[in-house]
Amino acid sequence: MSVAELAVAIRSGERSAREVTEATLATIATDDPSLHAFVDVQIDQALERADSIDAAVARGEDPGVLAGVPLALKDNLCQHGELTSCASKILQGWRPPYDATVVSKLREAGVVVVGKTNMDEFAMGSSTENSAYGPTRNPRDPSRVPGGSSGGSAAAVAASMVPLSLGSDTGGSIRQPAALCGVVGVKPTYGLVSRYGLVAFASSLDQIGPFATTVADAALLLEVISGHDPRDSTSLPEEAPSLVAHLDDGVAGLRVGLCTDLLDGCDDEVVHAVRRAAEVFAGQGAEIVEIAIPELRFGLSAYYLLAPAEASSNLARYDGVRYGVRVEAGDVEAMNVATRTAGFGDEVKRRIMLGTYALSAGYFDAYYGQAQRTRTMIIEAFDRAYGQVDLLLGATTPTTAFELGAKIDDPMAMYLSDVCTIPSNLAGHPAMSVPFARGAEGLPIGVQLLGPGRSEERLFTAATVLEAGASS
Amino acid sequence: MAELEPISADEVRHVARLARLELSDDEVKRFTSQLGSILGHAADIAALDVAAIPPTAHPFGLVNVLRADVVTASLDRSEVLSQAPKVVEQRFGVPRIAGEAP
Amino acid sequence: MSALGGDWEMVVGLEVHTELRTDTKLFCGCANHFGSEPNTNICPVCMGLPGSLPVLNAGAVELAIRIGTALHCEVRPSTFHRKNYFYPDQPKDYQISQYDEPINAEGYLDLPDGSRVRIERAHLEEDTGKTTHLGGTGRIHGSQESMVDYNRAGVPLVEIVSGPDVRSSAQARAYAAELRAILIASGASDGRMEEGSMRVDANVSVRRGPDAPYGTRCEIKNLNSLRSVQRAVDYEAERQVALLEAGGTISQETRHWDEDTGRTETLRSKEEANDYRYFTEPDLVPLRPSAEQIARVAESLPAMPAERRAGLIEQLGAEPKDTQIDQVLSAVEQGLDRYVSAAIDAGAPPALAIARVANELAGLLPQAGSLPEADFARLLAMEHDGALSATQAKTVLGDLVAAGGGDPAAVAQAHGFEQMVSGALDAVLDEVLEAHPDEWARYVEGDDKLAGFFTGKIMAATKGQADGKAVNQALRARRG
Repeated sequence: MSVAELAVAIRSGERSAREVTEATLATIATDDPSLHAFVDVQIDQALERADSIDAAVARGEDPGVLAGVPLALKDNLCQHGELTSCASKILQGWRPPYDATVVSKLREAGVVVVGKTNMDEFAMGSSTENSAYGPTRNPRDPSRVPGGSSGGSAAAVAASMVPLSLGSDTGGSIRQPAALCGVVGVKPTYGLVSRYGLVAFASSLDQIGPFATTVADAALLLEVISGHDPRDSTSLPEEAPSLVAHLDDGVAGLRVGLCTDLLDGCDDEVVHAVRRAAEVFAGQGAEIVEIAIPELRFGLSAYYLLAPAEASSNLARYDGVRYGVRVEAGDVEAMNVATRTAGFGDEVKRRIMLGTYALSAGYFDAYYGQAQRTRTMIIEAFDRAYGQVDLLLGATTPTTAFELGAKIDDPMAMYLSDVCTIPSNLAGHPAMSVPFARGAEGLPIGVQLLGPGRSEERLFTAATVLEAGASS
Repeated sequence: MAELEPISADEVRHVARLARLELSDDEVKRFTSQLGSILGHAADIAALDVAAIPPTAHPFGLVNVLRADVVTASLDRSEVLSQAPKVVEQRFGVPRIAGEAP
Repeated sequence: MSALGGDWEMVVGLEVHTELRTDTKLFCGCANHFGSEPNTNICPVCMGLPGSLPVLNAGAVELAIRIGTALHCEVRPSTFHRKNYFYPDQPKDYQISQYDEPINAEGYLDLPDGSRVRIERAHLEEDTGKTTHLGGTGRIHGSQESMVDYNRAGVPLVEIVSGPDVRSSAQARAYAAELRAILIASGASDGRMEEGSMRVDANVSVRRGPDAPYGTRCEIKNLNSLRSVQRAVDYEAERQVALLEAGGTISQETRHWDEDTGRTETLRSKEEANDYRYFTEPDLVPLRPSAEQIARVAESLPAMPAERRAGLIEQLGAEPKDTQIDQVLSAVEQGLDRYVSAAIDAGAPPALAIARVANELAGLLPQAGSLPEADFARLLAMEHDGALSATQAKTVLGDLVAAGGGDPAAVAQAHGFEQMVSGALDAVLDEVLEAHPDEWARYVEGDDKLAGFFTGKIMAATKGQADGKAVNQALRARRG
């Protein structure tokens, strides 16, 4: 049953939101202890919300296009009065006094938020092992990581605890866990979804996006959360795109570029899956060309200077003065130091220092300045490619899910998981991961579709075709 | 893997101070090596000739996003202060401030 | 004027921060209001709560353009930057400001003495919260803890930076006064230094002669009045000269002016210089004011003090006297020149209008400022037409100001003031001359000093209703 169908059933009174929510909460209670996808389950709030949906239905009102559908929020999304910690000790116990714009939109659509999901602390990581509250396990193989930083949101959907969840993607943090867990994950065009209420990691790269088990469900959720927001100065001027209506448009005549630079360094089975995906497209009438965009290789270095630089500034506010944890000391500066030293994990500290260094006097031009120019170079390279093709196809991430603990001591090795996803964030372009195949140990393999800015309609159409031809 | 360490332990300590972080000697050592490895990887873009390319601050060319000068509702003070580590006379209490603002 | 001695010259640049008279803060809709209960004008944005985002206030942009235009700046496309530093009154631990692309740049302002000071830039930035120190004297040193009110955090500021063009403490004071007048006249600010809506910092250095390289400068803060600006600049320049002459060196530092002791003191802050790690604010997009907006602002700006001074001086004719120029400067400085213009427009001679404003009207401040200009113009017209003597006019003026306005003719009538018709004056003259024949004989012989004696007698006899000029004319005519 699609989420659209579920909402129809609830709106018609055929099913009650309460019953659906209770079932969801029961599944979470049974299945989550071994996975730890959730950091907070909002039993009372969710049931209250479900009851209000049922009451609205009884009054003959329309509670919204996703009425009664349960959903999980990544723990970096502000929800008024609910715990929001970004999986960090420094925000332990914090309850924001306001809702993120996406949370308000979800409420208007009748969604029942059931809880907050685990993540890498402040969205910094690719495995959810950097959470201050313990890692999340991959539902397909609990000895392995679900990916990150939105590992909890991916796992919650992959384990069928909830049909929908929201994550955030700065360098691949939706797409990579989607690929590792075998679900659909979308990073929209930068500015399509409001960032108001998303706790910032790297402001010029962050975007909120959907996780779902099907392309159609992801499309509906993205429609609900998109659209111009006057509270976000970087929000695109237009309203939400129409995606659901175009899912079945087909790919006849579409030019798809198989990007060889998004295959380099990937495991054989991953490359094999991507090539088979190309064949599926060809079989449906798309034109496949192999295309090289060598500039994309520089994305990793540019990203690991730009993102930490912005993060170092965005995370300065966690100083123990106004909210969150405080470690007392004799003077305010010592208090700042003690609070931040105790409150932040290693990866966060590493990136804050890296970013501070990249921005510091004497190094700005060589690091930050150079990275910003490299970013332009990559954007121009993408523009040239999209002069020849309509979409790009490649791997989402070089490997299937790795074992817990395998990369945690080697930051550089961990960063390499993002090499295929980072370029889209730098360019502000939309991209999505579609579950397509299984690897040697039955582990999920996702393939990545990339498009130019504002090309979500085309992306979802192509994704629908891939989904139909998938063997996962 | 990069052999060179483009960042020194002193620089790591300096940057930690700027960022209001305190590191143990062990951590200084470990972070110096890790940061060095990451910065070493960035040598690939250091070598790029991109001087003539303008930097990108934003992916799309939005300009002039403004709002009208009209008052909107503020937050409930008690709700905000309820999240504060220390409240003194309806204000946020902090320990002694050693220096003046820059 | 401070005598620095030798060939020492002071070099002063001034940085002025002014709060803008907007209804809301720079990046959010919280009220921009002084004196509210602590932490009642706050929201996620100005508190810098996690997940919050800034959105630029169009009204603040308009006022910033007004300021730049009034200062003859180029209004430019601009961007915002983050200035990163930790401090409890800074909610995000960075300030959103403008760095290498400010909204206004390369202007100037002209002082009453004719000198010109360059304006390097006038850019937008957000204000911080307010910290109160507990324990000790209320100053930072000696306090045990502090508390922060974020009502002021996010209030729009324009920072105006002058070139290092000021060469004396008097000029520094004049600059601050002139800038304040411009900010008020442009409608952008209320210029209240005591309330903190206008804050002046001075950068002071010294050098041996005008061709020597610039010396090391110190930044002086906590100048809460025009007088402090002048005193502090003098003190600092003298301190630096004394130090250098004793063989010492100047450390580049920030110093705090203490009004009570009359000295600047080092703030014992961190030794390391601040590395603000400026980078373009990723949560905002560039600002490009349209040519239409810039033109509209230029047209809608009222005349600035320098223009008003020049306009009035021109009206005084080819060779105005120094006293008259002083009167013009004084009238403009006190914001009373609109009365001069109103009176001149109604037909009064410029010299009379300027004199009455600078001498009589100014003496009746602050109430004088509430007098409707039209009432003043009519009064001066009556005096100019001869319907009232100078003394009578001054009396009527006093009444008008006290009442907050009125009809000068009615007030004059209430006093029983009527200008003597010339026949009546002749009769009084006859009486007085008859009463003092000896004095009259001496006056006729040429003793002009006696004109005053007779004028006094005639004024007494007419209870002040005679017009002094007419009396003098009559005496001379009678003498032959």
